[in-house]
Amino acid sequence: SVQAHKEDTPQKLLEMNGHTPEPHSYDYDLIVIGGGSGGLAAAKEAAKYEKKVMVLDFVTPTPLGNSWGLGGTCVNVGCIPKKLMHQAALLGQALQDSRKFGWQFTEEVKHSWMTMTESVQNYIGSLNWGYRVALREKKVTYENAYGEFVGPHTVKATNKRGVEKLYTAERFLIATGERPRYLDIPGDKEYCISSDDLFSLPYCPGKTLVVGASYVALECAGFLAGLGLDVTVMVRSILLRGFDQDIANKIGEYMEEHGISFIREFVPIKVEQIEEGTPGRLKVIAKSTKGNEIIEGEYNTVLLAIGRDACTRKIGLDKVGVKINEKTGKIPVNDEEQTNVPYIYAVGDILQDKLELTPVAIQAGRLLVQRLYAGATTKCDYVNVPTTVFTPLEYGACGYSEESAVEKFGEENIEVYHSHFWPLEWTVPSRDNNKCYAKIICNIQDNERVIGFHVLGPNAGEVTQGFAAAIKCGMTKEQLDSTIGIHPVCAEV
Amino acid sequence: GKNDYDLLVIGGGSGGLACAKEAAQFGRKVAVLDYVEPSPQGTKWGLGGTCVNVGCIPKKLMHQAALLGSALKDAQHYGWNIAQPVHHTWSVMAQAVQNYVKSLNWGHRVQLQDKKVKYFNMKGSFSDPHTIRGLTKAGKETIITAENIVIATGGRPKYPTHIAGALKYGITSDDLFWLKESPGKTLTPFVFNVSLECAGFLTGIGLDTTVMMRSIPLRGFDQQMASLVTEHMESYGTKFLKLCFPTKVEKLESSRLQVTWKNTELGTEESDSFDTVMWAVGRAPETETLNLERAGVKTNPETGKIIVDASEATSVPHIYAVGDITEGRPELTPTAVAAGKLLAQRLFGQASELMDYENVPTTVFTPLEYGCVGLSEEMAVQCYGADNIEVYHAYYKPLEFTVAERDATQCYMKMVCLREREQRILGLHFIGPNAGEVIQGFALGIKCGATYPQLMKTVGIHPTCAEEITKLHITKRSGLDATVTGC
Repeated sequence: SVQAHKEDTPQKLLEMNGHTPEPHSYDYDLIVIGGGSGGLAAAKEAAKYEKKVMVLDFVTPTPLGNSWGLGGTCVNVGCIPKKLMHQAALLGQALQDSRKFGWQFTEEVKHSWMTMTESVQNYIGSLNWGYRVALREKKVTYENAYGEFVGPHTVKATNKRGVEKLYTAERFLIATGERPRYLDIPGDKEYCISSDDLFSLPYCPGKTLVVGASYVALECAGFLAGLGLDVTVMVRSILLRGFDQDIANKIGEYMEEHGISFIREFVPIKVEQIEEGTPGRLKVIAKSTKGNEIIEGEYNTVLLAIGRDACTRKIGLDKVGVKINEKTGKIPVNDEEQTNVPYIYAVGDILQDKLELTPVAIQAGRLLVQRLYAGATTKCDYVNVPTTVFTPLEYGACGYSEESAVEKFGEENIEVYHSHFWPLEWTVPSRDNNKCYAKIICNIQDNERVIGFHVLGPNAGEVTQGFAAAIKCGMTKEQLDSTIGIHPVCAEV
Repeated sequence: GKNDYDLLVIGGGSGGLACAKEAAQFGRKVAVLDYVEPSPQGTKWGLGGTCVNVGCIPKKLMHQAALLGSALKDAQHYGWNIAQPVHHTWSVMAQAVQNYVKSLNWGHRVQLQDKKVKYFNMKGSFSDPHTIRGLTKAGKETIITAENIVIATGGRPKYPTHIAGALKYGITSDDLFWLKESPGKTLTPFVFNVSLECAGFLTGIGLDTTVMMRSIPLRGFDQQMASLVTEHMESYGTKFLKLCFPTKVEKLESSRLQVTWKNTELGTEESDSFDTVMWAVGRAPETETLNLERAGVKTNPETGKIIVDASEATSVPHIYAVGDITEGRPELTPTAVAAGKLLAQRLFGQASELMDYENVPTTVFTPLEYGCVGLSEEMAVQCYGADNIEVYHAYYKPLEFTVAERDATQCYMKMVCLREREQRILGLHFIGPNAGEVIQGFALGIKCGATYPQLMKTVGIHPTCAEEITKLHITKRSGLDATVTGC
């Protein structure tokens, strides 16, 4: 590799190598910037085809100084810790149910945030370690350094201590993902936390205000409440924008009925510290979106979950001419994940108009590499990608929401079949009759083909997965009707 | 003269009730006869049939009770402080389950009333092809005639009457769910899914449970999966006496039961005492007291089951049969319900759709659940030849098991496909939590003719167990390690 001291400029380097370096003089076949779901999947796949691959991964600490290891958002501050803490909350509910099923134990059951968080972090640590080992075994070079483009085919990698190195590659894959957005109000970065901090918080968050109505906001609010904390959600307008609104409202209702307060149509304008501590006490001042009303509230913790911004502004994309959407920061790509610069590709959350999901990033990354190095032609299929929101009442979906189906096909051309149901396991503990719900949306003009599947209930993810496969096979309402149910499970509804 | 009813259904279980209610929708005059002959131990129950009273429903609820026991253990790892030890009280659970079942009995009666279906709590038998003699518990007789008759009397557990003391001292699943007191130390000889499921939840609620098997577990199911299921149960705490069969049951002074058995492997005779012996040696169709010969309805002489054609018709044109009582059909609630509904639609609704019994999914609710749809590996090999099938498989670890430090050794899945270009999926097998929820949607896919490439194009939902199915890529043929590693 070409080492350069701080005084050397990329310009000098290029002059040394000539303007358009020969392919065989590149340091690597592929450099992946970002060691998350998409980046690692692509890197490991490329190594299979004996390509010389490097992964640059670096976590810029959060405003509160928090950082983590290799693996990206999903592993460290996303899907994995989220699902584990959601499980902790579900187990709290299971404890209550179990008494009705004959189990006896002390009335008072307390939850220890520290025990849970330690277990979760230990598991994540094992995953970080696992990835490092996997990369090593597959002979993928890994550097814990911040990668940014400095010129054609060249990146600069800066590690924690500020040491800079230059590397060249025939091709690049940008998979830098996103980070939580802040409100840009006084006190936000000093006193508020985000999902980047929550999962490793070294103290119980206590009475929490969650700002936002994204799935991140609702999932976090959900499990925090399930662990016994006093939780309030502050929502600017609607819940779960982009999801089926009928279902989004049912989710909100369920959460309210289970002790989570909602403050609607307000946004925070200032956060002040009343008292320091772990947790401390914070004062939040919020303004109505519909008038001049101002409210105040006191909380131990304020969790901001108002959206995520792509990490594309500070990686030197302008130096190599990669176009981004200036407003959103996202990178537009063609259907082969190629940016406007032919040798630079992108996958994952930073892509414009694509779903921000781990499995999508992994699939896209793998298929891209197979096309580049294994002569494959399969492109990533972004249609009918299933997803699940792990709120206290889980929501699994695949395909069109009701409103988007109506918009695309017209109300008279779609048929919606729906049903409430009561999971058998909830009967004995007398839980929530008639809250679980399932609906399918069919296209009348196309043989009543199922174009949307929605289920609200326990284990929604497990239920939805198979139906997503069936939708991929073009299932129709008739086929659905003629499939025998497994009894007694929720999915048979 | 004119018949009393357009449709008379004998048997108010899953199939019978579904058929009756559907027929009533078409404005027909419908009646249902339901009667529960008490078990040898004296247990009886209300309207709804096996599933509701002594099958699927109480079984799944008690299975849930056992799962909650595991959840209590997991919860500690997730930060919940529960003072040990934790106790389970049978009577609290049984009462809750029985109350729920009774509410279902009530619900069914109300439904029949709402749909104007006449309900007779009577035991029915044929006097002639269109005439049924109904007998109440008190011995009162009623004669009913009908244009069409559907037999849906289901089955009841068999007793191994050749074993001394079996009938006198043993119970069956008919009794287990209605016990007021804990069964205590229990032995379940023979291994049909019922006995494994029951042994599973009994172990889960803390009872000393032993399963005795003469030969293979879960006959008819994929044997690799069956052994993983029993392996898990062993590590879970259920005792297994393999290659043994009981020879006699005696009552001790302490009122415990002494069971003697033969160990075919060692050629020895052993014995031990138990509080309860629960037989699960199979179910026999309820046809004996129907007087089928009077109507001319033919049964299979070996099994006693009623022979039907693809339209559920017996040897007598206007007499039909659905559910567990029919020869060659799966003994499952949903198939009985579907068959009953379609039959009513064909009889009265001008429909012509026949019941499709292919690719019926099912789940065994053992402590680690097993869900499957389609062919077992052995069946696929038998039908197509080992060279023409490809088996993709994987061992995986549910995310929730990690923090809980639970053993996932038997969490496994496999997909049996045709090897030829299209790679159509012949069978899917999954062992893990919520197996039923996982398999249901895939069963739909298989009904649509899903192929391996289509499944691979389906993006996974993360993090779930089901997503591992969309990632299956290691074949048995390759001999490679099938353990899933990380994201």
